[in-house]
Amino acid sequence: MASDHNPVAVERAEWKKRQMKERMKQLLTVSSPIFMLLLWEVLSRTAVLDPRFFPPPTAILETFWNLAASGELLTHIGVSLYRIFGGFLLGVIPGVIIGLLMGLYSPIRHFVQPIVMAIMPIPTLALLPIIIILFGIGDLSKVVTIAGSVFFPVVINTAAGVMNIDPIHMDLAKNYGADSKDYFLKIAFPGALPVMLEGIQMGQAIALLTIVAAEMMGSVSGIGFLIWTSYKAFLLQEMYVGLILISFFGYLFSLLLRGLQRKILRWR
Amino acid sequence: MKEDVKIRIRNLTKVFYQKGESVTALDNVTLDILDGEFVCLVGPSGCGKTTLLRILADLEQPSAGGYEIATEKEDRPLQSMVFQERGVIPWLTVRDNVAFGLEMRKLPKKVVKERTDYYLEKTGLMAFADRFPKELSGGMKQRVGIARAFANDPEILLMDEPFAALDEQNKFILQEELLQIWAETRKTVLFITHSIDEALLLSDRILLMSAQPGRISEEIRVAAPRPRAMEAIRADPDIAEQFVRVLKHLQDEVQRSRG
Repeated sequence: MASDHNPVAVERAEWKKRQMKERMKQLLTVSSPIFMLLLWEVLSRTAVLDPRFFPPPTAILETFWNLAASGELLTHIGVSLYRIFGGFLLGVIPGVIIGLLMGLYSPIRHFVQPIVMAIMPIPTLALLPIIIILFGIGDLSKVVTIAGSVFFPVVINTAAGVMNIDPIHMDLAKNYGADSKDYFLKIAFPGALPVMLEGIQMGQAIALLTIVAAEMMGSVSGIGFLIWTSYKAFLLQEMYVGLILISFFGYLFSLLLRGLQRKILRWR
Repeated sequence: MKEDVKIRIRNLTKVFYQKGESVTALDNVTLDILDGEFVCLVGPSGCGKTTLLRILADLEQPSAGGYEIATEKEDRPLQSMVFQERGVIPWLTVRDNVAFGLEMRKLPKKVVKERTDYYLEKTGLMAFADRFPKELSGGMKQRVGIARAFANDPEILLMDEPFAALDEQNKFILQEELLQIWAETRKTVLFITHSIDEALLLSDRILLMSAQPGRISEEIRVAAPRPRAMEAIRADPDIAEQFVRVLKHLQDEVQRSRG
């Protein structure tokens, strides 16, 4: 009879079942990319997928090693990462400052908002010819292009973050005599951080999208350049190496930013 | 008992005006609150009691009339407010929340630490000093708000329904703790509440407000001796009678505003 069982034992069995389910979910998460790669490999090897357009992952991996061994790959990666970081910072820092000012001071918001809203829909890439004329075909034009794309999600999210702060915290700061510096640093900035970091996360994704396209035009190095020239020479294995690198860095940066977010927002 | 007037409010009027319509939140309120007095402001929602408190807290400007808070010490802030539960700043630790007013006033580090420690100890928050508010219960959060206001050592304390969100048991405990801390400093307190029990337990004087226009329509002295405990207050027949009086008044007010 069920009532004869030790209740703790019953619950322990239940708990073990739940643990098993959790482990099962983790297994699914880890196995899904492996499954996809295996499927791709098999389909490509059996020529169900045309191997000229979809070379098997193992062949791409081989090309990766060859490119890496020649040192060519490292140069491209280094150049692109430099541009990404430079552009990212050049977009995020003014984005945060202007966003905070917009959120805090409504005259600034009303003046700046229409300008931001009007410029935002223009893809920075469409401005690339102008940017190249102004900044040349070197690193600077790429950095500026990325900064331009990163700036908008950051500025909008930062302003929204400030405006999302519970007005009771503003009242409290005022009641306890905060001056404008304390107000900025102790209330507005930390209060806006959660939404601001979402904007930065978005900006990071956009930076990667932008770098590839920016390096396709007027460039002689970088991951985007690798993808584009390989494609034009119909070296599809090389092209896939570039695509996979972008996917890898995108994933890596997302994880890093999520980690940072958890650490900074411990209070949430 | 000192008989000096601490808060002198004269002909205070506040009108909210929007799109051609005006609402008189406070109508010609004149009121004296004595030094060391604990006064509760009771009235139906929308009677202007929060507006009165916010004006004294310098968060709102009167439309006409004015007020004066007598100062005893030069370096003291005029007033500090205990906000509702949401007033605890979530990104500051308990210690930084309690020290907030002192930090804003740029007091020396040693003084800040001393006073913060004293009130952390007093409110039983010392063990939670380095935690963030999300880890605290509602009662603990409200202790943070009380500790912050007392640590700031203002001329007067303003409290905006600080216990409204608490469950009954926690409310009793915090009310008695507040009375203990208050007894030590004997600060002048203006306290807003909906709860008649709370007002009878805490205050020397209850001001009943009526709505639209917001006026102080009646005042009731609570003569029960201090220190007070909930049991004694509940058992006191005079208090029971006053409870009914306040209740009647509030019911009439609600009826009238519906009518």
